[in-house]
Amino acid sequence: MAETMLEVKDLKVYFEMKKGFAQTLFGKPQILKAVDGVSFSIGRGEILSLVGESGSGKTTTGKAILQLAPVSGGSIRFEGEEMTEKKDLSEFRKKAQMIYQDPYQALNPRQYISDIVGEPLDVNGLVTTQEDRDRRIREALESAGLTPAEDYMYRRPFELSGGQRQRAAIAGSLIMKPEFVVADEPVSMLDASIRTGIVKMMLEERDRKGVAYLFITHDLSLAWLISDRIAIMYLGKIMEIGTADEIVRNPKHPYSRALLDIMPVPGKILTEKRKILQGETPNAGAVVVGCKFCGRCPEAMEICSKTEPENVEISPGHFVMCHKYAAKMTEAERQGGKHGNPETSE
Amino acid sequence: MQLLEVKDLKTYFTTSKGKAKAVDGVSFTLDYGQCLGLVGESGCGKSTTVLSICQLLPKEGKVEGGQIFLEGVDYASMSEEEIKKHRWQDVSIIFQGAMNAFNPVKKVGWQIAEACILHQNMTKEQAWERAGDLFEMVGIARERVTQYPHEFSGGMKQRAMIAMALACSPKLIIGDEPTTALDVMIQAQILELLEKLRRELNMGMILITHDLSILSETCDKIAVMYAGKIAELGTVDDIFNHPMHPYTKRLLDCFPNIHSTERTIPDGIPGYPPNLTDPPEGCRFCPRCAEAIGRCSTEEPEFLQVGPQHFVSCHLCAKGGEQNG
Repeated sequence: MAETMLEVKDLKVYFEMKKGFAQTLFGKPQILKAVDGVSFSIGRGEILSLVGESGSGKTTTGKAILQLAPVSGGSIRFEGEEMTEKKDLSEFRKKAQMIYQDPYQALNPRQYISDIVGEPLDVNGLVTTQEDRDRRIREALESAGLTPAEDYMYRRPFELSGGQRQRAAIAGSLIMKPEFVVADEPVSMLDASIRTGIVKMMLEERDRKGVAYLFITHDLSLAWLISDRIAIMYLGKIMEIGTADEIVRNPKHPYSRALLDIMPVPGKILTEKRKILQGETPNAGAVVVGCKFCGRCPEAMEICSKTEPENVEISPGHFVMCHKYAAKMTEAERQGGKHGNPETSE
Repeated sequence: MQLLEVKDLKTYFTTSKGKAKAVDGVSFTLDYGQCLGLVGESGCGKSTTVLSICQLLPKEGKVEGGQIFLEGVDYASMSEEEIKKHRWQDVSIIFQGAMNAFNPVKKVGWQIAEACILHQNMTKEQAWERAGDLFEMVGIARERVTQYPHEFSGGMKQRAMIAMALACSPKLIIGDEPTTALDVMIQAQILELLEKLRRELNMGMILITHDLSILSETCDKIAVMYAGKIAELGTVDDIFNHPMHPYTKRLLDCFPNIHSTERTIPDGIPGYPPNLTDPPEGCRFCPRCAEAIGRCSTEEPEFLQVGPQHFVSCHLCAKGGEQNG
């Protein structure tokens, strides 16, 4: 793997839930564990997808990395530098950018596209002359696929279609020439016919400039298509992480398998009933003992509701958080130990 | 007799820039117990088509031509008073934003019971009872009828929306993107529920979506719409395995197949859908079509039958048909 750019270790984001007046006085504050001990790393030019249902903490993870959400614990190291305690984030802000989900809300309706895209330049004082500013805005718009840029620069957001708006929003993120971008469901609001164009444009940016992405999505097939690695999140924890092919072809965690099972296959007429998980993701504020997925897991064992499973590396780079594999591993380790090879990773 | 027959439906919106031809000559039929999938990009007229069927168009919109027969009765020529008697009893609709479709200050059960009282002359007790039955039908515990919308999760609200749509045992149920705002797992649950209810109650169903991939498992027929017209209409097998229209082919290519061996990013369709106040001459897909020939930009293609249930509106297919025939 390429040089590590971002390293997240045991990241925790807790929110205190606001309750009624009487409860604030006498009750214990209820803690909502949006992100509860997440670790991963992203290399230069790598794309890691965070996949999960709503409420699983994907967006909060992305925001916490960019220091846009309060970090309750853990460490975030960007290019070797610890970010959680750093006061002056201006350098980091130039290097790390975010793309938001909803292009209808992300753009100021009263501004011209050129001002929206050029704002980061003004804020950071990166350009001195008008020509320079215009040139960079034009470059950004054209690399985002809005060509010719002159046609779009002096329009307002309402004059653009959804796809064009998202391109403009992405141009605004890429104008800073970031090294790392958190893309929060950048295409989920768009039509399928426009989606791939935008995804391709983001990938080109990676190929040309080595931008690394944390790609947040609920669409596993899209994640598989574009990313190097995939992390499956459930209730604030990463259940399984591995290379894209490994997760899709060889999923281990029952939750990953359930997610894959319901992927519709275009054109296939279903012969057998698919296995759909019953129930819904519980509220993240609820206290769960043991494995977070245990309440909905079709393969839950007794131990699952008592102790929390550990992260097990079942093959290089492929981690699963599930008791089923923990048991197998200890057995394998024991056997390995007999053969005089007690080597454990980390 | 067919349950629903839509003939050359034309719905135009009056805008400051002139008439927008949101639906321009759409025809299809639907039988009892069948499911039709309406698919297309945003702004292609899917929702307008079904809103015309229910006569729920906003005041700018008007059905300017064509007929809508539901069990032989022409809906398009009915007055508002007559429609009111039929609406919800014959046709009901599940709206897109389940999150916002309920009145937040009224009990969910009451909002369903209200429909029964209004349309079926039930007493209050009967109506509450009916609401409870409907809740069980869609998989929500009976006791929850007295709860308010904020106590429901998104998936549960969507289930309650379905219960409401079923309140008067309609013959036709329309789902306007019923799963778009939901998680994949909940989406699968809701689609399974709709499928089950359709079979049990032998209802006709129209499912609107922009996600082609979910249709293959729920629908019998699929209509692919583009810019206010049906580009291609056929059975699921026709559309997925023998698509004829270039738009259908390109649209199908847009959906990644997780079971394919190679990871190639689909091309998508270049360009954007046309402005409907001033649609291009000839075939409306022509400016984005890679296979366009000379007359595509001047002559409008006919809606041709190419298979027993397969219709295409494309000059290329017309030419091919002549050659083959």
